[in-house]
Amino acid sequence: MAKTGAEVLVSTLKDLDVEYVFGYPGGAVLPIYDALYGSSLKHILTRHEQGAAHAADGYARASGKVGVVIATSGPGATNLVTGLANAYMDSVPMVAITGQVQSGLIGKDSFQEADVFGITMPITKHNYLIKDENKIEAILKEAFYIASTGRPGPVLVDITKDALMNYVSKSGSKQRLELQGYRVLKEGHPRQIAIARKLIKEANKPLIYAGGGAQDASKLLLKLAENFNIPVTTTLMGIGAFPGNHELNLGMLGMHGTPWANLAVQNCDLLIAIGARFDDRVTGALNKFAEKAKIVHIDIDAAEIGKNVPAYVPIVGDANTVLTELIDDTRLSHKDWILEIQNFEFPAQTAKEPKRGDCVNCTEPNMHFAELPPPCRQKDSVDPKVVLELASSLFKNQLIVATDVGQNQMWAAQYIKIEKPRSFITSGGLGTMGYGLPAAIGAQLGRPKEQVVLVTGDGSIQMNIQELATIAAYNIPVKVVLLNNRVLGMVRQWQTIFYNGRYSQTCTGSIPDFCALANAYSIPSLRVKGLDDLDEFKVALKAEGPYFIEVAVDPDESVWPMVAPGASLCEMFHASKAPTPSWQRGQNDE
Amino acid sequence: MSDAIKLEKVILAVLVRNEPGVLSRVTGLFTRRGYNIHSLAVGPTEDIRVSRITIVIEEAEERLEQVEKQLHKLVDVLKIVNLTNAQRVERELALIQVNGEKRSDILQIVDIFRAKIVDVSPREVMVEVTGDTEKIDALIQMLDGYGISEIVRTGKIALARSNQ
Ligand SMILES: Cc1ncc(C[n+]2csc(CCOP(=O)(O)OP(=O)(O)O)c2C)c(N)n1
Repeated sequence: MAKTGAEVLVSTLKDLDVEYVFGYPGGAVLPIYDALYGSSLKHILTRHEQGAAHAADGYARASGKVGVVIATSGPGATNLVTGLANAYMDSVPMVAITGQVQSGLIGKDSFQEADVFGITMPITKHNYLIKDENKIEAILKEAFYIASTGRPGPVLVDITKDALMNYVSKSGSKQRLELQGYRVLKEGHPRQIAIARKLIKEANKPLIYAGGGAQDASKLLLKLAENFNIPVTTTLMGIGAFPGNHELNLGMLGMHGTPWANLAVQNCDLLIAIGARFDDRVTGALNKFAEKAKIVHIDIDAAEIGKNVPAYVPIVGDANTVLTELIDDTRLSHKDWILEIQNFEFPAQTAKEPKRGDCVNCTEPNMHFAELPPPCRQKDSVDPKVVLELASSLFKNQLIVATDVGQNQMWAAQYIKIEKPRSFITSGGLGTMGYGLPAAIGAQLGRPKEQVVLVTGDGSIQMNIQELATIAAYNIPVKVVLLNNRVLGMVRQWQTIFYNGRYSQTCTGSIPDFCALANAYSIPSLRVKGLDDLDEFKVALKAEGPYFIEVAVDPDESVWPMVAPGASLCEMFHASKAPTPSWQRGQNDE
Repeated sequence: MSDAIKLEKVILAVLVRNEPGVLSRVTGLFTRRGYNIHSLAVGPTEDIRVSRITIVIEEAEERLEQVEKQLHKLVDVLKIVNLTNAQRVERELALIQVNGEKRSDILQIVDIFRAKIVDVSPREVMVEVTGDTEKIDALIQMLDGYGISEIVRTGKIALARSNQ
């Protein structure tokens, strides 16, 4: 029986082993939704296309499979833009399918027409505009291939409504040149690998710097570190690629990195970068970054090598393939170096601390909630690290964490110990507030047997709060931990340090009543105001279905340590307030 | 950009899939990453599925490798040939509309440059010239004194000479 373009699209998705698609219907994609009707492909209806995009992204990060999102033409497709840019920055495999107006209407400012192909060109790994139903199957397969191979990334396929409605002819031959221009180098250059191995053996103070590209090479990363006794620091994207509680794990490096990691970078003589891209939030002042070190840079994307920092040994290849070649049976000990790191003396550099109750704009008379008690001054609050460490140990570090952006994200990175790869789902490159809630939904669907905990802030969650409806509708057992400091905490922290405490537009106040709101979405809720509530907190985290937990946090709570933007990694504010390092933690946290 | 940075001129021949949007991808990449395009010429090749983009760029030397690597990441880019140091033939075409009062002078100059008069009107003559950038620059300079009203120039195209 002849099939329409839309029917071919759905059957191709099934051929490609897609289990879930996230999306939102509209005129131009009605043919797809008609083909989905009664199909065994599971469609998750989010409440906003941005939510669908982030959910597909979270699904992809947690499962390692390609995330799929569908949106209609015009506003539906433009609502995907942030989600695509986010996935592009963090190299997440995703395929976005958007409807386009009928091919005869293109270019005429037709109803719900937007040049989605043009708009998304710079924020996708590749994109397509299909006007011919006979190309749908081949291009969709190509899109999945491109999204998931090499350095992964989002691919968008824009399809006109007529191509979706027309019947595909069997003979639909493709007049296309195959993917000759798309090469994926897996194998690293043997000579470079040999040089790297030699350097590792000669080094006195080697350090591994692992990024998001090391997530799927975690086993070999562990072997590399253990065989050669090399300490490891991970980026925000690299969290989980190396076990969080491992003695060799120095924690995160960079702006809110640990002093041990940052000082190790500045003192090492060999830096082995694996799937990391020397982002400015990681390196601080580039010209002072790892000044004493030779750099071995392993990356699947040749363009990353030498982009920000010159590599002494460039190795283009897949992390697993390269590490397999690199590691041999030699055992090395770097006892002196490791002891040196553990006993680093921190420079005593303190930053301005907020003066309590200094928030000017909540007392401004024109604030619409002026009659309410000053929102920044909560009577009771809990230290966020206590809550996060408790959550971490409650799940024996075997949880999946999704975060939003801001202080909540940095605290989650610092205080929750992630033991497994693909288990810290966060918007690193773009820093997208509103990413967390929908990403948690996707992650939970991608790894149904494990518990996803979302750590979010009151600013961030309101950017996609409508997705509470998705959680409720599908009974997705995500546990939301909202660290409610009633301010845009991270921005406020910068105002404290760099803008003399002039808190311009960073007070979000006591609106809304989040627990009541969660209840309105028929999600049970709990408010944690003090240490007495922690038992209930644990029960809520272990509950069967979804749970919304609001934790009262003091607005003056800050993220430390901190390296000011553009400063060298040695120049840390409040290094002494860092989270306890792995070698000082009890081995059996609860 | 500060004056201290020395810019290199480089000629790249970029072979691309002849797909819609491919030129936007290439120029968009240059804009997004802040690379300077000096000139650009696009056209079909011996294979109808392939187009050739000849780009002359001006960039700081240490960024040139990045430019090529970033171009390579475009799925539609099939091959990049750096012709800067190759034995090559390069050509540009220009049409120059010049005041024709001193027609015989102009004819002489045109002759020396092996250019051509391609259109004549009572007041102006149109000159067509092909050659490398320097030759065209020189001709324009010569004609300038007579009163040029309009110039159009193509981007540079270049082909490596075949090996002996
Ligand atoms: C979409 C978006 N808009 C603005 C910002 C800038 N920004 C970064 S952190 C932050 C504050 C986040 O506040 P909240 O979600 O309450 O988290 P907190 O820092 O208080 O934990 C803002 C506004 C951003 N990252 N993303």
